[in-house]
Amino acid sequence: MDILNKIRESLQSGNDEKVRALTKEAIEERITPKEILDEGLIYGMDIIGKKYKAHEIFLPDVLLAATAMYAGMDLLRPMFIQEGIPIIGKVVIGTVQGDLHDIGKNLVGIMLKGAGFEVINLGNNVSPLKFIQTAKKENATVIGMSALLTTTMPVMKNVMDLLREEGLIGKIKIIIGGAPVSEEYAKEIGADAYGYDSVNAVETVKELIKNSKKFV
Amino acid sequence: MYLRLLLKMGGRVEGLLKRLKNGEILVSDGAMGTMLMERGLGAGEPPESFNLTRLPILHEIASLYLEAGADIVQTNTFGASPLKLSFYSLADKTEEINRNAVLAVRKIVGECAYISGSCGPSGKLLEPYGDTSDSEMYDSFERQMKALISADVDIICVETMTDLREATIAVKAAKTVSSSTPVIATMTFDPIPRGFYTVMGINIEEAVKGLTNAGADIIGSNCGNGIDNMIKIAREFREFSHLPIIIQSNAGIPEIKGNTVVYPETPEFMAEKAKELVSLGVSIIGGCCGTTPKHIRAIRKMVDSVG
Repeated sequence: MDILNKIRESLQSGNDEKVRALTKEAIEERITPKEILDEGLIYGMDIIGKKYKAHEIFLPDVLLAATAMYAGMDLLRPMFIQEGIPIIGKVVIGTVQGDLHDIGKNLVGIMLKGAGFEVINLGNNVSPLKFIQTAKKENATVIGMSALLTTTMPVMKNVMDLLREEGLIGKIKIIIGGAPVSEEYAKEIGADAYGYDSVNAVETVKELIKNSKKFV
Repeated sequence: MYLRLLLKMGGRVEGLLKRLKNGEILVSDGAMGTMLMERGLGAGEPPESFNLTRLPILHEIASLYLEAGADIVQTNTFGASPLKLSFYSLADKTEEINRNAVLAVRKIVGECAYISGSCGPSGKLLEPYGDTSDSEMYDSFERQMKALISADVDIICVETMTDLREATIAVKAAKTVSSSTPVIATMTFDPIPRGFYTVMGINIEEAVKGLTNAGADIIGSNCGNGIDNMIKIAREFREFSHLPIIIQSNAGIPEIKGNTVVYPETPEFMAEKAKELVSLGVSIIGGCCGTTPKHIRAIRKMVDSVG
């Protein structure tokens, strides 16, 4: 079995020690960091995402795989910086003001990191101002908002309003998700996209970034 | 009505389990979080901050549920374990937050209802998939239990758990602090193609076994995906357990209606469906997200009419 395949396998079984050792080995074998990331770590995490979506595995398996992935990423990150390879994108995520639910949004964060994004997780009960200030400060391309309560969904519209006031519509893309949220609601408030689950959210963010690059 | 009053007079704590054993059905209260949001819960603020600064609102909510006919009224302490409070730098206020919550409900309900000390997830994940050790988790729950029990709470309610290990640690902490305080333990299950599982991968049979072994007196499920699923969940609990069962459903999966968002299940609908819970032998019926004093009133009416 080639080393990248071994990385994928060890990542899926959540063995962080092994992923770290194998990543090191791959670097020594002069496999490019990008290839290790794409064909090893991201590939493995993608399989985990699909299995989770199919209910074959549960959250603990995803969390263990994520820890293993971070172990490999930690070794690759300095090389990316050194070689000046840009990360594919920066995403600010959080659960909106008044809402205290965390699990779904954290899972989106894990999946985004697993796909190679840099993720700034603001936690729960995040005010519109905090979302936008952080995105501006960090130069993020996407804001991901989650709400699990119907009473807090309208806060998403407040974020859109503030974004409009600041003239940032289209510059910072907005994706929303959470149990009560829908495609229709995204359209209604003028958000750029809706992600119906953590795997779909990653696909959608990738699309958003691809499209936004066309306009830059 | 007279009978109910009479039964309530005979010793709070011993009374509860005996009443359930005798086949009585009790009604617990509805949502807390949404009530607090309607009453000014601000950005970046934990619901438990009301216990420090806005006690009259806790009095108001307790009296709404008491008037609606709840036999069991919960404290506003879902996130009042020091681990959870530490997200808001309030861990050092653990004792005050828990104590105030119990006293606030007691002031309203006196001896007319049981006070259930709510204890939700820590917000932290246990090792190896998280960074919290079993003993840290235990210490955190123990501290909350001590505060609740020393304020003379009647019942401990470990609720909305998805990780069975975390749930059993909380139940054991409660039982260690006071072996005579009845402990309710509920978990939240989602329907997936192969049955009901928590997000952490626990099914109902595993939950029953784990919670029972940890020492829980009453077990069941809360929150979830509406009353229809809760009926199925209750049936499975009944199949695997002889302990009294508690079901606290939310009022369905929220929907958008025009500009506002609503929980679809009306008080009448839930109460009608809850008849099935009664026929399954569920001992305590109450509400979760989206349920209001109106839901509790309707459930009370139904329970009184069948009982």
